[in-house]
Amino acid sequence: MFRKGKLTTVLALMLVLALTLTLAGCGGGAPSGGEKKEGEKKAEAPAGDVIKIGTNFEMTGGQATFGQAALNGVKLAFKQKNEAGGVLGGKKFEAVSGDNKSAPEESANVVTKLIDQDKVVAIIGATTSSNTLASIPIATQKQIPVVSSSATNPKVTVNEADGKTNEFAFRACFIDPFQGTVMANFAAKDLKAKKAVILIDSSSDYSKGLAKFFKEAFIKNGGEILGEEAYVQKDSDFKAVLTKIKGLNPEAIFVPGYYEEVGKIVKQGRELGITVPFMGGDGWDSPKLVEIAGAAVLNNTFFSNHYASTDPDPKIVKFVADYQKEYGSVPDSMAVLGYDAGLMVINAVEKAGSAEPVKIKDALAATKDLEAVTAKITLNEKHDPIKAAAILEMKDGKQVFRAKVNP
Amino acid sequence: MKSLEFIQQVINGISLGSIYALIALGYTMVYGIIRLINFAHGDIFMLGSFAGFIAANYLIGNFGATPLVLIAAIIFAMVVCALIGVIIERLAYKPLRHAPRIAALITAMGVSLFLEYGTMYVASPQPRTFPAGIVPEKVYQFSGLYINQQQIWVMIVSVALMIALQYVVHHTKIGKAMRAVSHDTEAATLMGINANSVISVTFAIGSALAAVGGVLFAISYNSFDPLMGIMPGLKAFVAAVLGGIGSIPGAVVGGLLMGTTEAMVSGFYKSTYRDAVAFLILIIILLVKPSGIFGKNVREKV
Repeated sequence: MFRKGKLTTVLALMLVLALTLTLAGCGGGAPSGGEKKEGEKKAEAPAGDVIKIGTNFEMTGGQATFGQAALNGVKLAFKQKNEAGGVLGGKKFEAVSGDNKSAPEESANVVTKLIDQDKVVAIIGATTSSNTLASIPIATQKQIPVVSSSATNPKVTVNEADGKTNEFAFRACFIDPFQGTVMANFAAKDLKAKKAVILIDSSSDYSKGLAKFFKEAFIKNGGEILGEEAYVQKDSDFKAVLTKIKGLNPEAIFVPGYYEEVGKIVKQGRELGITVPFMGGDGWDSPKLVEIAGAAVLNNTFFSNHYASTDPDPKIVKFVADYQKEYGSVPDSMAVLGYDAGLMVINAVEKAGSAEPVKIKDALAATKDLEAVTAKITLNEKHDPIKAAAILEMKDGKQVFRAKVNP
Repeated sequence: MKSLEFIQQVINGISLGSIYALIALGYTMVYGIIRLINFAHGDIFMLGSFAGFIAANYLIGNFGATPLVLIAAIIFAMVVCALIGVIIERLAYKPLRHAPRIAALITAMGVSLFLEYGTMYVASPQPRTFPAGIVPEKVYQFSGLYINQQQIWVMIVSVALMIALQYVVHHTKIGKAMRAVSHDTEAATLMGINANSVISVTFAIGSALAAVGGVLFAISYNSFDPLMGIMPGLKAFVAAVLGGIGSIPGAVVGGLLMGTTEAMVSGFYKSTYRDAVAFLILIIILLVKPSGIFGKNVREKV
């Protein structure tokens, strides 16, 4: 009996080993196929002169438009740098793309695969806070720096429990407190609102973070929060909660959610006769918002964002032109932040003079006055950029630049 | 003001509940005939909106946007979904008809996941919207109460379909055959009823109803995606159990009750507890009256 059991165990182990080897073989096959495609470009550079940077983005799933745009931005930054001669005496950047399917569990898998199989020296992504948060513990354990393009939740770079900065986590965007605070100040000062209601996507850390800081800043400005209501992602019918909100008679409604639900919320709110402004954060930034809600419905709504493509700043004008030439569309914030995250990594590799993950990490932490597209980036001790935010107004389906707010 | 808000919440609840009712009808019919909870039903609902979208896009491209396009799109979606329903039954459930019921149930979940992620693979997970102008965007307003045209249509259509279904089941030959198969499949077969084709017809009708629900849902909320069927499917399932699974009026009453309960919880308590309350109802019903509100008459199941 015992011997038989042992034999089975040995057989099982062998099977597992065989499977692992097969899988590893498969995993190894994919990137080499990708390298072949870029074979012509790399012909001049000898093998090994490629710096592999992993990207962990939402290529599919609910936030796919974010991830796809961000990857475009990263690729453009690398391409321009490579065409200008690369770094460290001719080394080229290569983006190894991973898809986290807009799900935190998948994000953890993608990061593990990028580090263990593709041997990347740094990771850019994800775009949302929840998906980035899931990748930080793994990257920290494996000592690979992560630069999120647009995760705005403070928890991404700071450990909540002990208040210490996550050594390997960085970001190219401003943080939630800033967006929530900016919108609260905007509501109180520009819109002269005294009473507001917050409608939170309770399935997202991002939404909760924005809501918390909006509330604090709005009260600090002498305003009053009449109520906090919640929904979850994939909800479709918001009429009940909107009817309740209407009954509270607020002067502004803060909806820090993502475009799919926000579109439905604003549409149904207007159908119920709510005329006061709706406001939100950068989760609103998608052409789908206009498609779902309708252009007229979105009038008198405002959201904070990382940049406006209509901003007359010459850096932005040049970036928009380059991006349009490459991809044929106007870059959104996700694209510009992906580009900036790419610039931060390029800058860090140059400053470090090395493609070693830990040295890149140290150089990233020391980022100072980097001329990025959205603004000049300097990281504070919490690895958060100190930079300006744009507030956009929706006018007949177009995003109109309303104001730029410095920290 | 409060009473006005209450009436508005009733309207909100009924319009949401009508969608649940439309889906619940399909659950109830299939359960009535072969005692199978067809978990793929919510995904047929989703496929209905995709089929309607394809038809609407094609027709608008050729004939311009008119309300007739909507009707044609609904009919197209009904036909497509009826076919898919029958195919699913033939391929996935029929071979298991004499297997333990749990096998069929698990298969149903498998079919559900297959449809969700198959559609996601083919059509991308992006939310889509129906082409504009297919239904005039009109909001009616009477003394502080708001209701839009789509909501009214959803309500009318679900009540009309329930009445039609009740008529089919109780006053037609195929309805009689359905009831016979539901009552005792083997005896019905001995009496010369082709049980297989009756089951196919049941699936076809149930799926066609889900297709109507899918198109109306996608139009009234102006968005649809491959995973849209999950939540409404679950809620409709609760509605069907609440009303008494197997009972047609039960499905409609259950759906409307679910919708209004959700609206009331969101409106007068806390929106956070909305789904918790919905599923709490399921637990209570299962504990107190497992047969549901209309579930007394076990013999009348269809």
